[in-house]
Amino acid sequence: MSSSDTGNEPENDAVLEKNAFLYPTPMLAELEKGPWPSFIRGIKELTERTRKPMLRGVLDQLEYSYQTKTGYWEGGLVTVRGYGSGVVTRRSKIADRFPEAHEFHTLRVQPAPGLHYNTRLLRELCDTWEKHGSGIIALHGQTGDIMLQGIKEASVQECFDEINQAGWDLGGAGPAMRTGTSCVGPARCEHACYDTLRVHYDVLRHFTGDIHRPSYNYKFKFKFSGCPNDCTNSIFRSDMAVIGIWRDTIQVDSLALSAWIARNGMEYLVNNVINRCPTRAISLLDSLPVIDNGNCVHCMHCINVMTEALSPGRERGVALLLGGKNTLKVGAMGGTVIVPFMKMETDEDIAAFIDLSQSIIDWWTDNGFEHERVGETIERIGLKHFLDGVGLPVSVDMVTRPRSNPYYKSEY
Amino acid sequence: MSDKIPWKTVESGPRDYREALHPVVQKNYGAWKSHVIPKPGVLKHTAFSGDVLYTVRAGTPRQDSVDLIRKICDIADKYADGYLRFTMRNNVELMTADESNVEPMIRALEAIGLPVGGIGPCITNMAHTQGWLHCDIPATDASGVVKSVMDNLYEYFTNWRLPAKVRLSTSCCAINCGGQTDIAIIVKHTRPPRVNHEILATTCELPKVVARCPVAAIRPTVVNGRPSLLVDPAKCMYCGACFGACPVMEISHPEHSKIGVWVGGKNSNARSKPAMGCLVAQNLPNNPPRWPEVNAVVRRILEVYAGEGKPWERIGEWIDRVGWKHFFAATGLEFEKDMIDNYRNARTTFNQSAHIRF
Repeated sequence: MSSSDTGNEPENDAVLEKNAFLYPTPMLAELEKGPWPSFIRGIKELTERTRKPMLRGVLDQLEYSYQTKTGYWEGGLVTVRGYGSGVVTRRSKIADRFPEAHEFHTLRVQPAPGLHYNTRLLRELCDTWEKHGSGIIALHGQTGDIMLQGIKEASVQECFDEINQAGWDLGGAGPAMRTGTSCVGPARCEHACYDTLRVHYDVLRHFTGDIHRPSYNYKFKFKFSGCPNDCTNSIFRSDMAVIGIWRDTIQVDSLALSAWIARNGMEYLVNNVINRCPTRAISLLDSLPVIDNGNCVHCMHCINVMTEALSPGRERGVALLLGGKNTLKVGAMGGTVIVPFMKMETDEDIAAFIDLSQSIIDWWTDNGFEHERVGETIERIGLKHFLDGVGLPVSVDMVTRPRSNPYYKSEY
Repeated sequence: MSDKIPWKTVESGPRDYREALHPVVQKNYGAWKSHVIPKPGVLKHTAFSGDVLYTVRAGTPRQDSVDLIRKICDIADKYADGYLRFTMRNNVELMTADESNVEPMIRALEAIGLPVGGIGPCITNMAHTQGWLHCDIPATDASGVVKSVMDNLYEYFTNWRLPAKVRLSTSCCAINCGGQTDIAIIVKHTRPPRVNHEILATTCELPKVVARCPVAAIRPTVVNGRPSLLVDPAKCMYCGACFGACPVMEISHPEHSKIGVWVGGKNSNARSKPAMGCLVAQNLPNNPPRWPEVNAVVRRILEVYAGEGKPWERIGEWIDRVGWKHFFAATGLEFEKDMIDNYRNARTTFNQSAHIRF
């Protein structure tokens, strides 16, 4: 076999027929059937075209995983010059059995906020990746990175240099600031209460050093959702959920409202808008819905149903929810309100948000344990001590109800 | 390699998004008025300027080849002015101002094997994790589970047959990278980690591993004269947190790592507050390559919800209305003792009332 140093050069063997490069993988072949697009077929076709031994080895190892119901990758410390994260090391634990798969590292690459692309950028990235790596790209990893999956350590720096010259940078890994996520935002959504793309861009640029050089207790994730529909799943999936909200009144387009009612009928209005308002803040007056904005909790339901007629108010900003995370280790947690409303329009607003985020991270760095997310630190120390530590004013919006437990130290 | 550094890294952070925005998007940035969903997989946005923008959404396998991405780019060049975006849940979206591009774009996407759908009262593409293809912790192959489930539920992606949207996810371990969703398929280990005492002390930092355990089940010991760690099987609840700190405490097991199904997770604030999924089926076999037992449970839940849910009611909201007793009866799933929480905050899940259905 003629695999080169990078394991990524095509194997040139004139006698190989079409579809003769791969070894049989009968269990994986079952996943080529059915109507949903098959990742196996995609990888197999890529392998047959490019004849990269690394891809063949990975498919063989994957088939073996299916047979034995066991994973065979282990981590390590591959990185690029000056960075401590961004490359996810993968070495085969059974490289003696599948030598072609012995290295299969991933580059995490930060996409543009909102996951917007033009085809030139994406084609260039594909060309670079096919040259240096396997040609498999996950769009996207669960944190929101472009995952360039499958490269040998010897090629990593050269590949990174090339994509970095094209304007891309690596994402986070380990106990570090992680790649951010933002919804489509004002680019294509009428609900966006702030510019999610710009704020994502500015905030993550500020923390870029902390992405590349892990120095936190554990990971820290920002997610930016333009409205409470929370399309980035920020409450459960980020340490700092930045959710667009308004604090004046829902805007009503009277003509569009009448047209909506004429089209959908009174029954639909009552059953699916008025009755579904979680705080009963909508009532019917002269056959028109009237909103009690003081009792509106900004859930978005009526706006979602009547998007042509209703829209978020004019005085817009964000609510901040801190501490969301998934299972490990104290159980899943949703972020909870730490700032009910702040403006997020001007450079100064964004700078104030970055300052606040920085002081929260500093507090967490001082008070958290190793491998403890900020939500877990607050759970252990108490929200009250967090507010004192960071200097945030208390608000009743931070709780669903005041304490019912009488055991506490009064400040009286 | 020479000592000369060929390129000095630019720590640029996220890619600049401005060059990646469709021209109609740039023109109407922040000035959209409303949208409608003319058919499954298609959005029509209207701007205050009067401009209209159509979006076509298609599911992708997430684990894409450069060839597939180039084919999508070809379609974007032909029908979407050379721009595209992706959603959080592995769908690709192509935008055009020209209504006459919509149908040809749908056909072109379908011709390269990408189904159009996932917008409106239907299932979305599944959020999922890396699995055996690439992760170092997985007990199953999320990509394979997803392929099997989406094959099985294909018509629910491309058609509107549900009361509201249903988000799905798959996670290969208890860390649950897939997140909180309406129906979540999540690995659950059922045995303590298997400790390799021969190499543990030379591979792992012992105090770090002890500290990682949420139930203090790990303590130092000496085995055959070597320092190592002991796992108290009575305390251990098989979460696998120690494996992250110490890969010689093997938690995944080919037979004893099982699959559970959790329902009612929700991220949106619409109507009800965001909610976490609840365990409704457990100890399903991890059965590649097609996971038929998991598929049967997911399909059953979806079919009952399709028949009983009211418009706009997510799965968790439907169950809130009809009650868990009815959910288990209607789906034929069994409420088991292990479905009573016994961890932190368990009491908040107990029925502290006389509200009981008969």
